[in-house]
Amino acid sequence: MALLEVRDLHVRVEDREILHGLDLTVNAGEVHAIMGPNGSGKSTLSHVIAGKPGYEVTDGQILFKGEDLLAMEPDERAAKGVFLAFQYPVEIPGVATMNFLRTALNAQRKARGEDEYSTPDFLKKVREVAKSLNIPQDMLKRGVNVGFSGGEKKRNEVLQMALFEPSLCILDEMDSGLDIDALRIAADGVNALRSPDRAMVVITHYQRLLNYIVPDFVHVMSRGRVVKSGDKQLALELEASGYAQFEDAA
Amino acid sequence: MNLVLAKTDTERAVSNVFATARDRLPGAGEVAEARRRAFEAYERAGLPHRRIEEWKYTDLRALMREVAPLAGRPDAAAITRAKAALELVAVDGAAKLVLVDGVFVPELSGIAELGAGISVRTLREILENGANDARSDLLLTSTTDAVISLNTAMVTDGVVISVADGTALSRPIQIVHVATASSASAFTRSHVKLGKAARATFIESFVAAEGASAYQANDAVILWVGDGAELSHLRVVADAADAVNISSGIVTVGAKAKLNLFNMTRGGAVSRYQVFITLAGEGSDLSVNGINLLKDKQHGDTTLVVDHAVPHCTSRENFRAVVDDRGHSVFQGRIIVRPDAQKTDGKMMTRALLLSDEAEADNKPELEIFADDVTCGHGATSGALDESLLFYLRARGLCEKDAQALLIQAFLGEAIEEIADESLREFVMAQAERWLEVRR
Ligand SMILES: Nc1ncnc2c1ncn2[C@@H]1O[C@H](COP(=O)(O)OP(=O)(O)OP(=O)(O)O)[C@@H](O)[C@H]1O
Ligand SMILES: [Mg+2]
Repeated sequence: MALLEVRDLHVRVEDREILHGLDLTVNAGEVHAIMGPNGSGKSTLSHVIAGKPGYEVTDGQILFKGEDLLAMEPDERAAKGVFLAFQYPVEIPGVATMNFLRTALNAQRKARGEDEYSTPDFLKKVREVAKSLNIPQDMLKRGVNVGFSGGEKKRNEVLQMALFEPSLCILDEMDSGLDIDALRIAADGVNALRSPDRAMVVITHYQRLLNYIVPDFVHVMSRGRVVKSGDKQLALELEASGYAQFEDAA
Repeated sequence: MNLVLAKTDTERAVSNVFATARDRLPGAGEVAEARRRAFEAYERAGLPHRRIEEWKYTDLRALMREVAPLAGRPDAAAITRAKAALELVAVDGAAKLVLVDGVFVPELSGIAELGAGISVRTLREILENGANDARSDLLLTSTTDAVISLNTAMVTDGVVISVADGTALSRPIQIVHVATASSASAFTRSHVKLGKAARATFIESFVAAEGASAYQANDAVILWVGDGAELSHLRVVADAADAVNISSGIVTVGAKAKLNLFNMTRGGAVSRYQVFITLAGEGSDLSVNGINLLKDKQHGDTTLVVDHAVPHCTSRENFRAVVDDRGHSVFQGRIIVRPDAQKTDGKMMTRALLLSDEAEADNKPELEIFADDVTCGHGATSGALDESLLFYLRARGLCEKDAQALLIQAFLGEAIEEIADESLREFVMAQAERWLEVRR
């Protein structure tokens, strides 16, 4: 059984169809890259998988570990192992990062019937993960993403991913806004999470990221569909030729 | 027929309540005379209604269906019930002064714990036995507000606290009003006077004993903050869901003094806290903040008048309301800057969070500035929780109510963080969490 199975997905936003019959199959252990021009629907797909309100699925289905993902609340999806690292993480003033991380982690564990982390265990775990991602402790003392630079916000997303240990990680342009060193550290963090029972979907515009996180499959999205799939070679070809060839196909 | 003179059934009921209560109200002679005059003043105005500007959003003629008769003296059983309720608003280390159904109850109170430099007496004892001038002082107020007049006429008890010059109290003083009687009213008044350079924390809280319902509280607190004194004043209204609480504060702040005031409403069907603060001495800092937590059909009104009568004072007001279901929050804030009050620095902000489509918030901030060299500003917003923040939290595993609770706490935190004392801050946050807990 595939970890994620998207079949003939049609999605509308405010009466406009954005995804027009998208198919995507992701198995455990695989890394998939999704590339495609601005506005082709990459973030829309990631939002629909995570359960963001405001999107109407008019046709098709999404199965996650064989279950109907679209029937689940966003928090159920998270507890079952779906994680989206947002393209634009929001700032939440007044909610301390540590409190947020602990509340979220324990909510997920509780939903799965696991024991909640004790405060010392939790702190130990966060410190380890933060250290491996080169995230300073005082960043964790602030409000969630408040006053973080663009790159710091992205690193905070990877931190959460490492902490929650999801089985499906969707990374929406995690490379945008990261400097070269930060990119390598974040990519190392992602690679460290690669495992036979976990899959990654990496949305990016740049082949460079795929040098660090080497994909098993590369998909090209255009106008709301996957129009071509291949291996990592495809990303290199795109870098050379651009997306013009797919405009007609879509 | 002249509408203004027409009496509602409610007001006729009040007349009866005064007539029947009269013999039970402490104080004879001058005191009784002051009560009679106050009641006449009340009768001329009648219960405040929406055509009176200050009461525009809180029409007591419509909201108080009837005026309940004065509560009887609490018996032993009532005192036992009251004792159990104290736990709900317990503050660590506070010396409690407990008024049950408008009557001071020494056996629940801890006057002895307060130590030297402070005098505490009951209002009843002074009205009945005190020297003439002391007695008449206690019933004098500068305002003409009808509910304060009614309080003057009907008041049964309260505490009169005086902190000596230079005394710093080591523990907070907490007045706890406990209602045990149902469909009854209590009228209380307390005086707190801080001498020069004195320091104190004064908490006032309202709570219901189990089973007490549909009661009405009318309370007044008269505060003086002496020159160079520092006062933290916290109010917590945690009344029964169908209770009415009309509270008035009259505050005078001396020179180079600090007052940090916080009002929290998390209970009661109808509540109003109206506080009139005069900055009477130069170089003082005032910080007045509060939160209203309202659900069902609760109506919560905070009305604030800050009068900058002298130059070089700072005032900051920060209010938050969280309104669910068909709740209605009212905030009226008026900052007056008198012609002499140059170099005044006053800022007021009020924000309401509406958790349902039927929730309502009226915000009315006003500046009346008669001096030219001042920095003053105000702002008001109201709106729903931010959907994108909610989704972010839910995508991280928090259920809808928990995600809301976290954002509501953050929103309230903006006002709660203004509380100077850390343990009081934690106390208020815990009280807010209790309210949020019920929502889940
Ligand atoms: N809430 C919305 N209302 C209207 N249109 C929307 C909304 N959200 C997305 N769209 C539209 O849907 C299309 C796909 O947007 P999406 O953000 O999924 O693209 P993307 O592939 O992630 O682009 P980028 O590479 O720039 O991040 C765009 O044309 C966008 O304008
Ligand atoms: Mg995008």
